[in-house]
Amino acid sequence: MRGPAPEERPRPKGRRSSQGIRVDPHAEATHEPRRTAISALVYHEPGVLAKVSGLVSRRQFNIESLTVGSTTNPETARITLVIEEPEPGVRQVEKQLLKLQPVISVRELGSDAVRRELVVLKVHGDEPDKVNAITQMYDGRTLDAGPRTITVEITGDEQKIDDAIDAYRQFGIRELARTGQTALARGDEWTTDAEEERYERMQRTQNQTDVDPDQSYQ
Amino acid sequence: MSEPGSRAQAAAQPTPETEATEATEATEEREPSDEADGADSADAESVAADQSTAAARTTGAAAVVAALESAGVEHVFGVQGGAIMPVYDALYDSDIAHVTMAHEQGAAHAADAYGQVTGRPGVCFATSGPGATNLVTGIADADMDSDPVVALTGQVPTDFVGNDAFQETDTVGVTRPITKANYFADDVDAVGDLVAEAFALAGEGRPGPTLVDLPKDVTTAETEAREAEPPEGTPTPSADAEAVEAAAAALARAEKPLILSGGGVTKGEASEELRRFATAFEIPVVTTMPGIGTFPEDHELSLSWAGMHGTGYANMAISHTDCLLAVGTRFDDRLTGGIETFAPDAEVVHVDIDPAEISKNVHADYPLVGDAGTVLDQLYDALSDGPAEAARAGDRWDAWREQCATWKEEYPLTYDAPDDEPLKPQFVVEALDAITPDDAIVTTGVGQHQMWAAQFWTYTEPRTYVSSHGLGTMGYGLPAAIGAKLAAPDREVVCFDGDGSFLMTMQELSVAVRENLDVTVIVLNNEAIGMVRQWQDAFFDGRRMASEYAWMPDFAKLAEAFGARGFTLTEYDDVADTLEAAVAYDGPSVVDAYIDPAENVYPMVPSGGANDQFALSEDHL
Ligand SMILES: Cc1ncc(C[n+]2csc(CCOP(=O)(O)OP(=O)(O)O)c2C)c(N)n1
Repeated sequence: MRGPAPEERPRPKGRRSSQGIRVDPHAEATHEPRRTAISALVYHEPGVLAKVSGLVSRRQFNIESLTVGSTTNPETARITLVIEEPEPGVRQVEKQLLKLQPVISVRELGSDAVRRELVVLKVHGDEPDKVNAITQMYDGRTLDAGPRTITVEITGDEQKIDDAIDAYRQFGIRELARTGQTALARGDEWTTDAEEERYERMQRTQNQTDVDPDQSYQ
Repeated sequence: MSEPGSRAQAAAQPTPETEATEATEATEEREPSDEADGADSADAESVAADQSTAAARTTGAAAVVAALESAGVEHVFGVQGGAIMPVYDALYDSDIAHVTMAHEQGAAHAADAYGQVTGRPGVCFATSGPGATNLVTGIADADMDSDPVVALTGQVPTDFVGNDAFQETDTVGVTRPITKANYFADDVDAVGDLVAEAFALAGEGRPGPTLVDLPKDVTTAETEAREAEPPEGTPTPSADAEAVEAAAAALARAEKPLILSGGGVTKGEASEELRRFATAFEIPVVTTMPGIGTFPEDHELSLSWAGMHGTGYANMAISHTDCLLAVGTRFDDRLTGGIETFAPDAEVVHVDIDPAEISKNVHADYPLVGDAGTVLDQLYDALSDGPAEAARAGDRWDAWREQCATWKEEYPLTYDAPDDEPLKPQFVVEALDAITPDDAIVTTGVGQHQMWAAQFWTYTEPRTYVSSHGLGTMGYGLPAAIGAKLAAPDREVVCFDGDGSFLMTMQELSVAVRENLDVTVIVLNNEAIGMVRQWQDAFFDGRRMASEYAWMPDFAKLAEAFGARGFTLTEYDDVADTLEAAVAYDGPSVVDAYIDPAENVYPMVPSGGANDQFALSEDHL
C-alpha cells in the first residue's frame, strides 16, 4: 500500500504567516513594523559595543540608531537602540541582547519615554539674524559664529531635530553631525530593572553608614 | 558613537563610593592574602619561592591547566604551536591526556563529539593565528548544534596585540559570532578563574562553545597558586506554573496531539522524562535530527524524525497535528520547510531553556521556558491530576494514533530490494546496525550518507547519533569518531562517511592509529559529492558541475598507509563478512564501500516546501 502522491494528499486547512504565527481565519494576526527604543544596561568592558552591533547586523535587525554612554555606575554603560521591527522582531532583539555575556538588563521604552538627540550643524553665515531667529525658535544655541559660517546645536526629540534641520536649509547647510537617540523612562519608572535593584541596594548600604545617598550616588 | 573605555580604565578611576559589584568583589578575593607578612621579612622571596609554602607561585599556564583539572577534564584535543607552548608545558605535569590531532579542525570536532557523548564540555587547544583560525569551523559547528566545547587558543604577547605580529589573529573578534562567550585573558591573576568560568558556561543552560584567548606573556607570567574553585552546578529551571497549566489544558483539548523532541532533550538529559510522558498519555513522538535517540525508534509511538529527509509519516503528522508539544528545538528550516506551511493547524507549546528560541521562527502559543526534563515532569503532573485527567489520552486520541499508523504503512522508508549489484547504501547501514550493539555510537560526515545513516539505522538511545546538523560540516565524521571513542571507550563507534567528507579530514586516521582507537569507518563511496549531485539532477537540469570525482584514491590502501586496516566492499555477498571483520578488528578500520552512484535520498521535502509535500522519488519533484 503506497500513499497518495504529493498533490493528492489531503492538505490541512490552517496556515501561518511569514512570521511563523498561526493565522486564525477569524482574527488574522499581522504585525506591522514599528519604531521603538530599547535600552540595554551593559558592563563597561572592551568589546561590548562590537558584540551588540555585531549581533544586530548579524541577525538583520533593522536598526535606526545606537548610542552608548556612561551611567551612574562607572562599571556599566547604557546602550540605547532605536529599531524598526514588527512585534516579534522587537521581542527577539531584547532576548538576543540578553544572551550576550556583558548585557545586564534590557527594556523596551514606552512611547512616553524621555528621548533626546542632538544635532550640531553649520550653515552659511550670510544672514546671521535670520539664523539666530531660527536657533531661538528651536531653543538651540549658537556655538560658533564667524564671517562665513555659523554653527549651532539643537537638542530635542527626533521630530524636532528633523524640523529644525529643515528650517536651516534655507541658509545652506554646510555640514551636520547628528547623534542617535538616548532616552530614559519617564517619571518614577526605572529604565531597566538592574538599575532599580542597584539603587535600592545602595540606599540600604548608605542608610547604614549614614551618608546622604544622593551625594554618593553621583 | 564610541566604544566605552575598557573595564581596566574604568576601574582605574578612583570610585570609592561605588559598591563592589560581583566583578570587583571577585578581584578583591584574588588579592594575595599574606603579602604583607612576606614583605616584613628579608627572606620573603625565598620563602615565597619555596614550593612547600601555601603561597606558592605558579604561572598563568599552570593556572589554566589547574582549572581544567578541577573541572574534571580528562582529555584535551589540540595541536602545538608557539603561542600555546606554555600551556602545553604545563600539561606536561598533568594527568590530563592530550590527543595530538592532525589538524585543529579535527581537534574542535573531536572535542565537540566528546562533549556530545559525555554531556560535559570537550576541550580543544590551538596556537594563535592559523591554529585558531583552523578551529573556527569546528567552533561554528558546535555553536549551531549547542554542543559544549571549550576552546583555548594561544595569542601573541599582549604588547604585540594589534600590531599584526607573527601569527596574530584577532581570535576573539573572529569567533565572537560563533561562541556563546569568548574572553581575552589579559590578567594572569584571573586566567584560572576565566577558564573555569568558560568551562562552566559551555555546559550550562543551553550549552555552546566558549573560547579563552591566552596571550603568551599571560601564560608565562607568575601568579599565586590557588585552589581553583570547581564550577557551580547548573540549576534546572522550571517553567511558570500558570503557563504549564495553560499548556496542559491546550494538550488536553487537542484531537491530534504530537510531541516534537529536539536536541534540547538530549542536552537536558530529558529522554527518560520524555519517554514517561509520551507513553503515559500515548502521544505519538516525532524527533528532529538532533533529537534522534531521545525516543526509541522501535517504539510504536515513534514516528522517527521529521524534516527535509525525515520520514513521510513524521512529516504527515507534523502537518496535521492540532497541538504540537515541541521540546528543545529551534525550528531549523531543514525541519520546518516553509514556515508559512509548517504545522499549519497546530497550537504550539514550546519548551526551551533559551528564551530567545521562543517565537524566533515559529510562534509559540504556549511558551514554557525551562529545563526540558523539569518542564516535561511539570506537564506530566498537570495532565495527570485535576480536570485534565478526564480529557487525557483515553480513546479520544485513538483515531489520531491510527491515522499515524496508516501513514507509517503508506509511506515507509524503503529502497529497491537488493539484487546483484551495485550495492545499495541503505543495505550497508542496516547490515552494520544488525551486528552492532544498541548503544553503538554512529558519527557521520555530511551528505547523502548522513541521511541514510539517520534513516536506516534504528536509534534507541540518546547520544548515539553524533552528527553535524546546523552547520552541516563535511569532514565532521572521522574526528568526531575519535572524540566519541575516547569519551566512551567501551562502546562500539562507527563512522559513516561520504567519499567527499572523508577526504576533508581523513588525516585524522593517523591519530586513530596512534591512539589505537577501535573505530570503524564506512565510506559510502559514490565517487561524487552525492548530495550536491542529487540537487543538480533535481533542480539544475542534471548539469553536474563539479560534483563528480573523475578519480578517487583507493581508500583501503590509504587506510593501510596510515597504519589502519583497509577493506574494499563491492558485493552484496560480502557485506556481512566484511563489516564483521572491520568491526572485529581491534583498531581503526576503513571500509571503502562502492555503492550505487545512482542512489538518491528520499523522501525529500524540496527546500521551502510544505512538510507533507515530500517527494518519494524523482517522479514527485
Ligand atoms: C565543508 C563543506 N563544504 C561543502 C559543503 C556542501 N555539501 C553538502 S553535502 C555535499 C556533498 C557531500 O559529499 P560526500 O561527503 O561524498 O557525501 P555523499 O553526499 O556523496 O554521501 C557538499 C559538497 C558542506 N556541507 N560542507
